[in-house]
Amino acid sequence: MKINQLWGYRRSDGRVGVRNHVLILPTIVCATQAAKQVTELVHGTVSFIHQHGCAQVGVDYDQTFRTYVGMGTNPNVYGVIVMGLGCETHQGRSIAQEIAKSGKPVELVSIQDHGGTLGAIAEAARVATKMVQDASAIVREPFDISELIVGTECGGSDACSGLSANPAVGYVSDMIVDRGGTVILAETTELIGAEHLLANRAVDDRVAKKVYEVIEAMEKRAIMMGVDIRTGNPSPGNRKGGLTTLEEKSLGAAAKAGTRPLQQLIDYAQQPTKKGLVWMDTPGHDIEQLTGMVAGGAQIVLFTSGRGTPTGSPIAPVIKIATNTPMFEKMKENMDINAGTIIEGTESLESVGERIFNELLLTVSGKLTKSEILKQYDFGIWRIGPTF
Amino acid sequence: MTSFYRTVMMNPKDNVATALDYIPASSIVKVTCQEKEYEIEIKENIGFGHKFAVVPIEKGMDIFKYGEVIGVASKNIAVGEHVHTHNVEGKRGRGDKINENQSAMGI
Repeated sequence: MKINQLWGYRRSDGRVGVRNHVLILPTIVCATQAAKQVTELVHGTVSFIHQHGCAQVGVDYDQTFRTYVGMGTNPNVYGVIVMGLGCETHQGRSIAQEIAKSGKPVELVSIQDHGGTLGAIAEAARVATKMVQDASAIVREPFDISELIVGTECGGSDACSGLSANPAVGYVSDMIVDRGGTVILAETTELIGAEHLLANRAVDDRVAKKVYEVIEAMEKRAIMMGVDIRTGNPSPGNRKGGLTTLEEKSLGAAAKAGTRPLQQLIDYAQQPTKKGLVWMDTPGHDIEQLTGMVAGGAQIVLFTSGRGTPTGSPIAPVIKIATNTPMFEKMKENMDINAGTIIEGTESLESVGERIFNELLLTVSGKLTKSEILKQYDFGIWRIGPTF
Repeated sequence: MTSFYRTVMMNPKDNVATALDYIPASSIVKVTCQEKEYEIEIKENIGFGHKFAVVPIEKGMDIFKYGEVIGVASKNIAVGEHVHTHNVEGKRGRGDKINENQSAMGI
């Protein structure tokens, strides 16, 4: 089906969601199992398992805090039930207060305050029942693509990534930017070796300088470990797929960014303040990158893969694009679009780009992705400090 | 006789091309990129998505793909040989070469 109009849920802070979830947000590892139980009981709720939220300090504390708040304030979320334990460093109360500034419904349930696990589950489920019904009364309305933030990502790359799916996403990236929308490029690790190409596209010297700064910081982290970065990236699967070095992988990864100017370089899980192409400083780890972009306000993500991955987000649709046809055929239940036709020479890059763009519009307006249907609720925070 | 195995060379500056089919050893393949054209005898089996040399590459020379440097040859590589981790090293993020990196990165 061809579609021209986007339909979404207008939120009180002015942003537009493409989904209408009630998020059970566990701000501490100790509350994740209880939060999951609530989603078993109440239709329309989502949650995720993680291991963070306690004994964290300094910039690492701040980054985790910002990520939780960003997940809650993402416009794909109608309302949030924050679930805490009570004694942890990341206090549920502070996170709930910060999310409430967006004007959306927020409630707090603490396991210690509600007499243990079962009491907390019952209380959260009771609150969620009303919130889900209220959410369901909201009707989608037309909105403009200029209000869309699209994350881009590649995971499980192979030598086809830089030839088919990534340049096709780059084509879509240019289409979105030309229509006034925002595209996030991320995975700083996987831009090592391609930074000069992106710095040349920076809107000013300040942004260009920041490009070199984040690349140097990421490379220094690897060097401090005293090993060849190739022991971890490219991964064994990448190498099997024909990628020899990180630089080679990076040059293919950078193709997702299309050709338009680089407007801004933002921190992990930070919301872009500029429209157009924006670079978020994240690691190459698929789930940490995805989480950072979604917490930064991306309503939807375009994700390319050569080896095939199940990746999805609890709150944002992730459209998965295969770089080659054999993998697409083998992992059909995980992949949404095949760009392998470019490799076979049966379809042009532009034609695949148009197909991805149309799928993006359809998915924004309600079509479910494979990762949503399979409840692939991945979440992982880029930790930048030790746990104490 | 030239085979029908498909290859792609991204940029005329490149010294490697990528196999778009599994190419068995001894096949003769054609590689074209803009004004450049090569007929190459493949020296060993090349997997789908893997690279082979289109010109002789000496140890220490940069490997070019997309017209950009993707690493450096750790051995001499003959035309038609598989170009991968066994004969190419990355130049970036080399914590294992910490002394060289310290001077390179100013730390």
